[in-house]
Amino acid sequence: MGSHVEIFIKAVFIENLALSFFLGMCTFLAVSKRIKTAFGLGAAVVVVQLITVPTNTLLYHFVLEDGALAWAGLPDLDLSFLGLVTYIGVIAAIVQILEMVLDRYFPPLFHALGIYLPLITVNCAILGGTLFSVQRDYSTSESIVYGIGSGFGWALALIGLAGIREKLKYSDVPAGLQGLGITFIIVGLMSLGFMAFAGIHL
Amino acid sequence: MPEPDQSSGSKTETVARTLLVALLVSLVCSSFVASAAVLLQPRQAANAVLDVRRNILRVAGLYGGGDVDELYGSIEPRIIELETGAYVQGVDPEAFDPIEAAKDSAQGVEVPAEIDVARIGRRAKLARVYLVRGDAGIDRIILPVSGYGLWSTMYGFLALEADGNTIADITFYEHGETPGLGDFVGKPAWQARWHEKRLFDESGRLQIQVAKGHVSPDDPMADYRVDGVSGATLTGNGVTNLLEYWLGDHGYGPYLQRIREEGGGT
Amino acid sequence: MSSAAKRALLDPVVDSNPVTLHVLGICSALAVTTSLLPSLYMCLALTVVAASANAAVSTIRHVLPSSIRIIVQMTIIASLVIVVDESLKAFAFETSRELSVFVGLIITNCIVLGRTEGFASKNPVGLSFLDGLGNGLGYSVILILVASTRELLGAGTLLGYTIFPKIADGGWYNPNGMMLLPPSAFFVIGLIIWAVRSWKAEQVEKPEFRIHEVHRTEAL
Repeated sequence: MGSHVEIFIKAVFIENLALSFFLGMCTFLAVSKRIKTAFGLGAAVVVVQLITVPTNTLLYHFVLEDGALAWAGLPDLDLSFLGLVTYIGVIAAIVQILEMVLDRYFPPLFHALGIYLPLITVNCAILGGTLFSVQRDYSTSESIVYGIGSGFGWALALIGLAGIREKLKYSDVPAGLQGLGITFIIVGLMSLGFMAFAGIHL
Repeated sequence: MPEPDQSSGSKTETVARTLLVALLVSLVCSSFVASAAVLLQPRQAANAVLDVRRNILRVAGLYGGGDVDELYGSIEPRIIELETGAYVQGVDPEAFDPIEAAKDSAQGVEVPAEIDVARIGRRAKLARVYLVRGDAGIDRIILPVSGYGLWSTMYGFLALEADGNTIADITFYEHGETPGLGDFVGKPAWQARWHEKRLFDESGRLQIQVAKGHVSPDDPMADYRVDGVSGATLTGNGVTNLLEYWLGDHGYGPYLQRIREEGGGT
Repeated sequence: MSSAAKRALLDPVVDSNPVTLHVLGICSALAVTTSLLPSLYMCLALTVVAASANAAVSTIRHVLPSSIRIIVQMTIIASLVIVVDESLKAFAFETSRELSVFVGLIITNCIVLGRTEGFASKNPVGLSFLDGLGNGLGYSVILILVASTRELLGAGTLLGYTIFPKIADGGWYNPNGMMLLPPSAFFVIGLIIWAVRSWKAEQVEKPEFRIHEVHRTEAL
């Protein structure tokens, strides 16, 4: 049980997908204007991670890995070259379903997220979470914890950034830096801050 | 912004049409990818073997261009048993696959977690080393090494002089470290810094390490330290760790011990 | 070249730059820009994939049902990337070693999906191809700027050749270590955005609140 807690804490702070590995930056920078939208996207990312990370890990171990198909009588088959396509396929399917659910039940959020909802599919953080879980050979329960943790860490960073940007609304930012420019600089400073966590061993 | 779906009743949106398009796209893409993978596989395999051999020749100090297969003839691959460090006859060195053997329950062993600093999980009971013979016996010993860096398992060769302690060369021919940062492990300029460094000190303790930054020439331990790259500390630590494992008692330690005592042996 | 074609090709370089205006393709702009050479490889690979993917998606845009469009686009992009990777391994093995990591990064590069979804699904093949090319160009401009800055200030070299000799090597330049860390890419891009928007005022975002100075004249 201890290792699961460790995986969670590492995923949120020490190996934060957004601020330590710099994954998922496009959406991160673009959707961080309002805390409400950030919450919505953050929640969507956690849900997607929660489903896709364990699913992809299972798929790798039982279908794609070298010798994984031994249970089907095909021990010599190595389908690992299909890894990336499979993971993306699963992620895309989940995101498409999520898109339809949001369109039906949460239309304001759906419109606020705009193009960034389908872009969750290419959100490198989602794919990165899957790739890390596969590479580190997590068991199913560990991959579930890692999925939640990594999604939550990303969401936390996003909401933090949105909070800072909302506070900055009243500041006198130079015209050329207004909006995107100052956001880049803020994220740079945030990630410098998170580097303090690097190298911590639990 | 994606258009809200207004055409659910129109021609493009019927279930049959959707399934058909999905099927066709899957077929076309998968045949495209699969044929590329299958057709190109022999060339890739040949390239990979050639690349490994080129790397072995490089750390052996024998490669300056020219035909790889021809030059490779002067390399002597041998199989050793890691636990005892003794040479093993009767196993074809070229056919031996250390990665497959590691996964097999009979041919591989699990690396105990406390000493698995290289994070390789399992290793084969046997290993293939490469000997380079000169006029006075063994010139260089080449040891395959591997271990986890920041993102990936790094595979390389460590070339030692006949004393089993002085480093002649090192190379990492396969890795997935951060491009532009951790990928220094694959760069000849960095690899050249290992020349003449030593592994073990006078009391036999393993001292070789990748430093966090630049190694000062005045450092008393400079013989055992190699410059790291700032910002890529974890990759550097990965190198230190994998050397710690492979040169320890669970790796090539016993073999190197024999080399020092018997001088290369048969 | 028709004006629509010209716009498709040249707009993304400054006026409609994918990185500095549309916030796409950021992850790789941070990861690979510690030195110039890997960045050049990345730019080339991305441009090839973006142009081909745009063309491919545009070809089937009329028959693609909306409910599966994202998956289909992703499948096409991923397939292209895998084939590029496999071909490299077969025909340019030494180079492929360097490129393999980036080539994987292209599948998740938001520029490719952003353009197939935002442009190629609604425009003819020729224009879409040019749009992909143009976005690759815009991306490359930013990447080259950032990578040159980071490598020059962080290591004193460009493409591996020493420009500022480092103190450790007997020179005068004390390398700025922060330039080799990822956060510096954020700062450099932020400054580039500032420069571009000072030049092209139409890209400046309007602030949401402006505190107005109120001048009061006291009634005497």
